[in-house]
Amino acid sequence: MAAQGRERPSGWYLTPALTFFGVFAVLPMVLVVYLSFTDWDGFGFPSPSGAGNWSRLVSDPEVRHSLGLTLVFMVLGWVVQTPIALLIGVWAAGRQRNRAVLSSIFFLPVLLSTAAIALLWHSVLDPNFGLTQQLPVLDRFNFLGDPSIVVYTVAWVLTWQFVPFHTLLYQSAARGIPVSIYEAATIDGAGRYRQFFRITLPLLRYTVITSTVLMLVGSVTTFDTILILTNGGPGTATRIAPLYMYQVGFSGFEFGYASTIAVVLLVLGAGLSLAVTRLTGFRAMTSQQEGL
Amino acid sequence: MSPRRLSRVAVSATTLVLAGSLAACGSSGPSGGGGGGDAAQVWALQDTTLNPIEQASIDRFNESSKVGDVELQTFGNDPYKQRLRTAINSANAPDVFFNWGGGNLKEYVDAGKIEDLTPMLDENPELRDAFLPSVLAGAEIDGKQYGLPMRGVQPVLLFNNKEVLASAGIDGSPATWDDLLADVAALKAKGITPIALAGSQSWTELMWAEYLLDRVGGPEVFQNIRDGKNGGWAQPEVLQAMTMLKELIDAGAFGEDFASVGYDVGGASTILAEGQAGFHLMGSWEFTNQLGQSPDFVKAGNLGYGPFPAVTGGKGDPSNLVGNVSNFYSITKDSDAKEAAEEYVKTALTDETYVSDLVEAGDVMPITGVRDQLAAGDNADYTTTIYDQVANAQNFQLSWDQDLQADVATKMLTELQNFFLGEQTPEGFVSALAG
Repeated sequence: MAAQGRERPSGWYLTPALTFFGVFAVLPMVLVVYLSFTDWDGFGFPSPSGAGNWSRLVSDPEVRHSLGLTLVFMVLGWVVQTPIALLIGVWAAGRQRNRAVLSSIFFLPVLLSTAAIALLWHSVLDPNFGLTQQLPVLDRFNFLGDPSIVVYTVAWVLTWQFVPFHTLLYQSAARGIPVSIYEAATIDGAGRYRQFFRITLPLLRYTVITSTVLMLVGSVTTFDTILILTNGGPGTATRIAPLYMYQVGFSGFEFGYASTIAVVLLVLGAGLSLAVTRLTGFRAMTSQQEGL
Repeated sequence: MSPRRLSRVAVSATTLVLAGSLAACGSSGPSGGGGGGDAAQVWALQDTTLNPIEQASIDRFNESSKVGDVELQTFGNDPYKQRLRTAINSANAPDVFFNWGGGNLKEYVDAGKIEDLTPMLDENPELRDAFLPSVLAGAEIDGKQYGLPMRGVQPVLLFNNKEVLASAGIDGSPATWDDLLADVAALKAKGITPIALAGSQSWTELMWAEYLLDRVGGPEVFQNIRDGKNGGWAQPEVLQAMTMLKELIDAGAFGEDFASVGYDVGGASTILAEGQAGFHLMGSWEFTNQLGQSPDFVKAGNLGYGPFPAVTGGKGDPSNLVGNVSNFYSITKDSDAKEAAEEYVKTALTDETYVSDLVEAGDVMPITGVRDQLAAGDNADYTTTIYDQVANAQNFQLSWDQDLQADVATKMLTELQNFFLGEQTPEGFVSALAG
């Protein structure tokens, strides 16, 4: 008992973290669930509306459209960003000087604010005065105004914005892999590709999961870039669920219905992150570096 | 230091930081916010030209005020409505606030948040007579006055680039819808985008629907929609107007790229000024905007303007206007500096210096008798045109997005954007909104 007491700090040590989590995470969640069963236009007090918002949600084609788009961006984002981030990350983990210099250029977008990124790309892609209009071939496309292209445009900007962050994750994780493993593999005759697929990739498994969870949950909540870049347009071509929620709440002032959409996003985000960690055995948290 | 001791220090340090940040959250909000009981807070929209004039007016008021001071706070356009909506219930509510009148103000009136100014006007009939009646009506709800005009009128006009029109053999603004269609064809034949449209912002598209419905069916059609009468959106005039608009869009009047052109970033205005388009339907602020962004274009006398064309056989009078009737100052009912707020609104808005400052800045205040001042000032041709249009208009319809309930307006703007993109038919537009 005494030995255990020394290892584990008293439960009171949890208080700050719990208070913080309670006030800034649990309380808003409870409130938003409550609001989803009310009508509230911002004046006075919310008036209970039973399941009204929920039946509206089920029959609202805009919700289906926006959730579908969210899913498209989620899948597109993961499929495009993961390989790029992984490869650049592993490459950048090397200690050569040119890699250090180039990596710091790659990481530049991390330092830019979302608003700056969105405005920058907006002026590059502007169909009238943008940089792309001065270039051959590219000037034939209306990247922000054509509903069939704009989804890929947004996916591209999001990739540009978020790849560096995930690259950083992979870089630090790859640097954590002991050199001795590679040395042993070299002695055993494993080439570069074999080393990558047999050593680097398996040892980065938990980093892949972390990065995946961040991407999936992130795509349930990102909306600032899209708000500034396209404002969901043209029409509703890029109006993802969080943006729709924002517009219902803060342009239409239907806070009750906006909360209903928020609850769906909350469940989606929490469900996704649970599912990913569970399916991949991430929760077991066993060491991947046997014998070290 | 032993590891044990170190962790204890770390934990207490963390606790302190967290406690500090929690305390900070509790006292958030603008420090100079209302409710302090000192100065009456006046909320207005940010505007680099007009804010100094408003500030000067407040300074003059404060110098001689015996009922307390007034203080100006300004906000950006987009966050303003959210700010106001969330603040109005709180202790940080303003005492006097900027608004657009109409249905938007009505929501606040219905919630019992706004002071009725009718008694003030009854006591001071000269104050009522000072403003143009058609503009004062913009903040009149159920026969009571809830706001007074505090900035210039902003009707929507059909602007044009004279040089471009001349190159396509067009002389001046089209008088009828058919003339406009002919002009569109002529400009297209020259390879010029006929009409500039900042289609990434749906309120620019809305102006076309507003004017067309007025010209086709008269102002009553929209008033019925707003008041939920006579079938609302399902009235046949709506379908007729939207079908005509569809023809215009399908004729390529707005070009291919409008969906990603903005107004705030100077997109559509620059397109007009650089001669890439012939026409531009925009609020009267476009003139000041062009003057700031493309001064050479305006000074060369190439910026033309005229009323929206008439529709042959339509019920709406060609003198009818749409746009922002004016901006109004309203007083909150729960204001704790009401005396100063009322005194300010009563005396400052018709103050000679305030009006002449605004006139000098190119703003057309809806004050009876300001026309002579306008005629003597800069850009007299433009400002007197605006004044005459407003003074002679049979009806001045507030922009729909300001006049409808916020939730309906948001839905309408989305449907309208889909309509302009060709993803929604006139029938589909009507049925989506008629529900």
